[in-house]
Amino acid sequence: MSELIVESRGDGVEAWLSRLLTAGVLASAVVSLLGGVLYLLEHSAARTGMAEFVPVEASLNHPMAIIRGAMEFRPRAVMQLGIVLLIATPVARVAFSLVLFALRRDALYVGVTVMVLACLAYGLAGFGD
Amino acid sequence: MDTGTFTLLVFGGSVAAGLLGSLTGLGGGAVIIPLLVLVLGVDLRYAIGASLVAVIATSSGAAAAFIREGYTNIRLGMLLEVATTVGAIAGAWIAKDTPLGVIAAVFGGVLLWTAYSTLRPPVSHPDPVGDGSKTLGARLRLDSTYPTPKGMETYKVHAVPAGFGVMFLAGVLSALVGVGSGVVKVYAMDRLMRIPFKVSTTTSNFMIGVTAAASAGIYLHRGQIEPGLAMPVALGALLGSFVGARLLARMRVRTLRIIFALLVAVAGLQMIYRGATGAL
Repeated sequence: MSELIVESRGDGVEAWLSRLLTAGVLASAVVSLLGGVLYLLEHSAARTGMAEFVPVEASLNHPMAIIRGAMEFRPRAVMQLGIVLLIATPVARVAFSLVLFALRRDALYVGVTVMVLACLAYGLAGFGD
Repeated sequence: MDTGTFTLLVFGGSVAAGLLGSLTGLGGGAVIIPLLVLVLGVDLRYAIGASLVAVIATSSGAAAAFIREGYTNIRLGMLLEVATTVGAIAGAWIAKDTPLGVIAAVFGGVLLWTAYSTLRPPVSHPDPVGDGSKTLGARLRLDSTYPTPKGMETYKVHAVPAGFGVMFLAGVLSALVGVGSGVVKVYAMDRLMRIPFKVSTTTSNFMIGVTAAASAGIYLHRGQIEPGLAMPVALGALLGSFVGARLLARMRVRTLRIIFALLVAVAGLQMIYRGATGAL
């Protein structure tokens, strides 16, 4: 019963989780904004081309390539890095829950959470394609 | 139009989507896709990628707004997420070979259902844990407590297999049309599983971010996440949902929900029409 109360009252654990999320979201926003500023400085007068679908260049579709591009301050890569960080926040939330379940020795929910993480990893690693 | 103007318009629209999303408890996808496709002429494939980003931003932005919460049932959310993430992978796979017109029409249908359910009040009859009976919900330790003005109340979780099934469909839908499927999730938890409404909405908020992340990863590799579009969408939706979550306690949401429902219904009809006539 006390375990339920800790979870429900929202002290300590939930607060940590919220701080983690806020940090992730802020990091994503700062990086995206930086990329956006760099991008608009170069392109703000150019015509947009979003009416025709052309798959985004390969260097922006894989996390490793995105990080490399971002380190070179290429505007589109920096923006895309911000997006990747945003996509990572729910993943981090799930990973955090995994740790919590493990600490509580909750074998069933460790298993459940591992399954969710596996699906997330599958998508992010590009197997679903 | 030029990129600068376009980016500002997308940003502004995304702020509105994030606001509406956290005030009405429904995802921003319902606003983002019609805005991008119907108003700004963006290709539906780019719009779906951007919308998934918006859903994550709305979910994480609203979650970050609250330090103390106590409503979300993490075990329940995580268990149901197994169904939604598998559904999302299946949905992304289906989307590959589905004609755009069909996707648009399905999206339109989702919008119409969203409009309808926005106007219908919640009907949850929470079942307090009393007799300690061995339901599946009890055996999986899903039954829990939540804060009310009268103090902590217990509730029981029903219909776990049915909820699981509906969540799989919610995942498929989410990946297929780029929405958070919050409507479906809240429906399953509120009506089928008889969970207190506030627990349903907060748990759904946790879930939609995870589901969208599964789909977004796949669409990233498919080249459907265009940074010039996703950047203003993410920034706008984050800002909008954060502000909206803070405003929620102080606002009378009823009128807003009615306006939202009407706009969404109109957009839904437009999307179905466009999809059916191939004008996409």
